[in-house]
Amino acid sequence: MPGMLTAFVATTHRELLLSLRRPGDMLNPLMFFLMVSTLFPLAIGPDNDTLREIGPGVTWVAALLAMLLSLNSLFVSDYEDGSLEQLLLSAQPLPVLGLGKTLAHWLGAGLPLVIVAPVVAVTYRLPNEVIGIMMLTLLLGTISLSLLGSIGAALTVGVHRGTALLSLLVLPLAMPLLIFGARTVSLAANNEVFSAGIYFLAAYAVGALTLAPFATAAALRISNE
Amino acid sequence: MNHKLIAKDLTLFRGERCLFTGLGFALESGSVLALKGANGCGKTSLLRALAGLIDFEEGKVSWDGSPASSDAQVYRSQLAWYGHRTGFKLDLTPLENLRFDAMLRPGTSSSPEDVLRSVGLERQMGLPMRQLSAGQQRRAALARMLIADVPLWMMDEPFTNLDVAGREFVEATLSQHVAGGGMAIIATHLAVSLDAPLAELVIQ
Repeated sequence: MPGMLTAFVATTHRELLLSLRRPGDMLNPLMFFLMVSTLFPLAIGPDNDTLREIGPGVTWVAALLAMLLSLNSLFVSDYEDGSLEQLLLSAQPLPVLGLGKTLAHWLGAGLPLVIVAPVVAVTYRLPNEVIGIMMLTLLLGTISLSLLGSIGAALTVGVHRGTALLSLLVLPLAMPLLIFGARTVSLAANNEVFSAGIYFLAAYAVGALTLAPFATAAALRISNE
Repeated sequence: MNHKLIAKDLTLFRGERCLFTGLGFALESGSVLALKGANGCGKTSLLRALAGLIDFEEGKVSWDGSPASSDAQVYRSQLAWYGHRTGFKLDLTPLENLRFDAMLRPGTSSSPEDVLRSVGLERQMGLPMRQLSAGQQRRAALARMLIADVPLWMMDEPFTNLDVAGREFVEATLSQHVAGGGMAIIATHLAVSLDAPLAELVIQ
């Protein structure tokens, strides 16, 4: 198919350009993540053992919720201004265009969480060796969340105030990510074997990357009927 | 190249309501089909279904002899859509919006700058879309049709929000497109005057 890569790059580029024009939308998930994960140590108190115990779980929950919050806007504005119609009727395959949008969403919402994760890890007194593991789990986890979320966002695009419905759709699929992600970091912090969790998260991300674009495209066509 | 769009025995439902049944037409390169009818009779729905955005209950649409639904990607690459909503990002400039559209059409030869100039948006090219008037946004939407460089145009109420000059401009552009071997289906409640063969399909 000629021009598929161009179309993919063009979609991602347009979405990034749009987030640059409205930086507030892009910073929202990051602010949420930072606020939730840094408020916990303040509320719980400076007991190092407790903090180290809850750190991975709290960080992962905050990351999951931050991603969920940002998902609703993925296709809604396209639906409202009619550009979704243009994408649906484009000469290029819809899964490719949807994947371009999802990549831009991850770059705007997911990647910043991974980048600030070390700061959060320090507030929970997590050992330095664990910071890299935490970033890796969040990297793989947020990729999966963006992809899963794009299916949910596509299904709920025509629903007025669909945020709650979207969360209900995506949360069950995201549970394995939360469980494995948080547990992997905990295991690493306690000097135990943790590689299985990383493999699982990586497999999940690859699976989502393979299947989600097609599901998203199908969902967009159904929602726009 | 000569193209042909044929629709037979179309039936369309919206929910439980039957909008029309047994509708059909044939459209060839060099002619325009105007969809007419009262408000709410299903002009827009018919147009959306012809584009493939919604499914007909029954009936066949064929493009150059092969069913439009069987090779949807090829069919979509032949049509340009001018919807009720412009489909532009209001935070981007007309130029940025059109560049995106051009990149999705690998076959196009015209440059976004030239096309915007030709629809009279030379000075507005670099302003955010949001600052353009509704009529100017419609002109930009027309620029998108031109840049697509495809035979089949589908236009939903192309004359809304336009002043007399803008309306004449749309009619002239349409006539030019059709004279160059294109075809168009337009849903409108207004009388259209074109320098092109115009067929009317009234939905009852």
